[in-house]
Amino acid sequence: MTTPNDSAPAAPAAPKPIRLAPIVTPDAKDFWEAADREEFIGEKCSDCGKFRFPPRPMCPYCHSLKREYVKLSGYGTVHSWTVPRHPPPFGFREAPIVAVIQLQEGTRFVSNVVGVKIEDVKQDMEVEVLFEATMGNHKVPVFKPRTK
Amino acid sequence: MARTFKEAAIAGIGATEFSKESGRTELQLAAECSLAACQDAGVDPRDIDGMLTFTIDNSDEITLARCLGVKDLAYTARIPGGGAAAAATIFQAMALVNAGVCKNVLIWRAMNERSQYRFGQNPSNTQGYSGGHGTGTLLWNIPFGAMTPASWGALQAQRYMWNYGLTNADLAHVCVQQRKYAATNPNAWFYQKPITVEDHQNSKWIMEPVLRLLDCCQESDGGVAFLVTSLERARDLKQPPVQILGACQSIPFNVEVIANFHHDDMTVMPEAKGVAKRLYEMTGLGPQDMQAAMLYDAFSPHVLLQLEAFGFCKPGEAAGFVKAGGMAIDGATPTNTHGGLAGEAYIHGMNSMAEGVRQVRGTSVNQVTKKTVNNVLVSSGMAGAILSKV
Repeated sequence: MTTPNDSAPAAPAAPKPIRLAPIVTPDAKDFWEAADREEFIGEKCSDCGKFRFPPRPMCPYCHSLKREYVKLSGYGTVHSWTVPRHPPPFGFREAPIVAVIQLQEGTRFVSNVVGVKIEDVKQDMEVEVLFEATMGNHKVPVFKPRTK
Repeated sequence: MARTFKEAAIAGIGATEFSKESGRTELQLAAECSLAACQDAGVDPRDIDGMLTFTIDNSDEITLARCLGVKDLAYTARIPGGGAAAAATIFQAMALVNAGVCKNVLIWRAMNERSQYRFGQNPSNTQGYSGGHGTGTLLWNIPFGAMTPASWGALQAQRYMWNYGLTNADLAHVCVQQRKYAATNPNAWFYQKPITVEDHQNSKWIMEPVLRLLDCCQESDGGVAFLVTSLERARDLKQPPVQILGACQSIPFNVEVIANFHHDDMTVMPEAKGVAKRLYEMTGLGPQDMQAAMLYDAFSPHVLLQLEAFGFCKPGEAAGFVKAGGMAIDGATPTNTHGGLAGEAYIHGMNSMAEGVRQVRGTSVNQVTKKTVNNVLVSSGMAGAILSKV
């Protein structure tokens, strides 16, 4: 939707994001708020130091309730992937590459691999995080082939 | 006197027709299949005292009980995890009967899962992905375009397929065999409609390069019900009893129902391996003692994963096993002899459980005759049972 405006038109706007916004549950609030700031964080036990995903109040390894959110390296590998053809998923102009990313820190995260052709996706290829906009002014972490 | 844990039996099975548009409400389907199961058993539906279904079944147990005229219900429960609940309902019914809590447990699952809503389409709301349905991290996948069971199933299967050098063409033999069974099953939606490997390879991509249309189960309308009672009582009823020799659930650490990407080794199905271990320990039997298997076939690769998990073949060998006829009626493990959820109908796994009962009774349209059917393994991934001739 546009708002009537008398001033001269600005530079052409980037296409409006159509990707669905994340569904934020209370236990995942910190993760998604960080994503909005383009920070890819993980939940780590403050006592035993192990990472866990998805976020939850208790460490399954030592049962500590103490937890911290730490910035992750953003590096990982493509552990498993597919391209949804039918039905075309909501939120995409072209079929995305959906992948299970094996993160360097040991947990896995379902995301997209961008900036690569489908025929060039390789199992276990190294990727790094970046952020893409969603509807409702949110951002989600996606991954592209590792450059550094 | 306390019973042992092996003295429950399936006394009755019932079903509606399987269609794409039932033309009646889910509650009516539930009532019809429940009545049919009681009539099959020769049990008065008024004497049902336990009722079990899936958390996501839309019919209310009290309303269904009031359809059936149930006099004094003693126990109700629902099992989470979508189709993973299928064999788990049999497990709970067995436990209730053996604990002496119930005499006549009704299990039902009825849905208009084609004409009223479709699991294969993008979700119109995500309430089903919230807590209490055993669906764990599904919500996390939605912004990335993984929003159907096929997308989650494909992500799960792709690592397995890559690991063993399988392509989509290797899955065709599972689908061709199941449709061959369906083709001779008058109750199957795909009755008289077999497919070839070429048909499979010409079907459209659902999840490239993992799943084509013919790798996916159907979307169906229909209902299936069971009447479970004690073995002792079942002996006096209408049908030959089908003993529930063993039944269990297994949900190992970091395993989820279908967004199953967080456990260590994605080339195996740890939940099915856990079910196998428990079932075989419980019964003293092994895969060699099963004359048939009914394995939850939401998507064809999951049949392969379960064949391996239950020890019908070695890890990585299931595709070759199936290609060589291992699933066929005269094969080592006749599997999904009704046509599976892909060939017969998708009543959330419950129609496959019913086929297990028919094989033990000796009444399947695709009856295994090469050997006497003494034991049939039924699996819905996170749960399983061994159904046995008495």
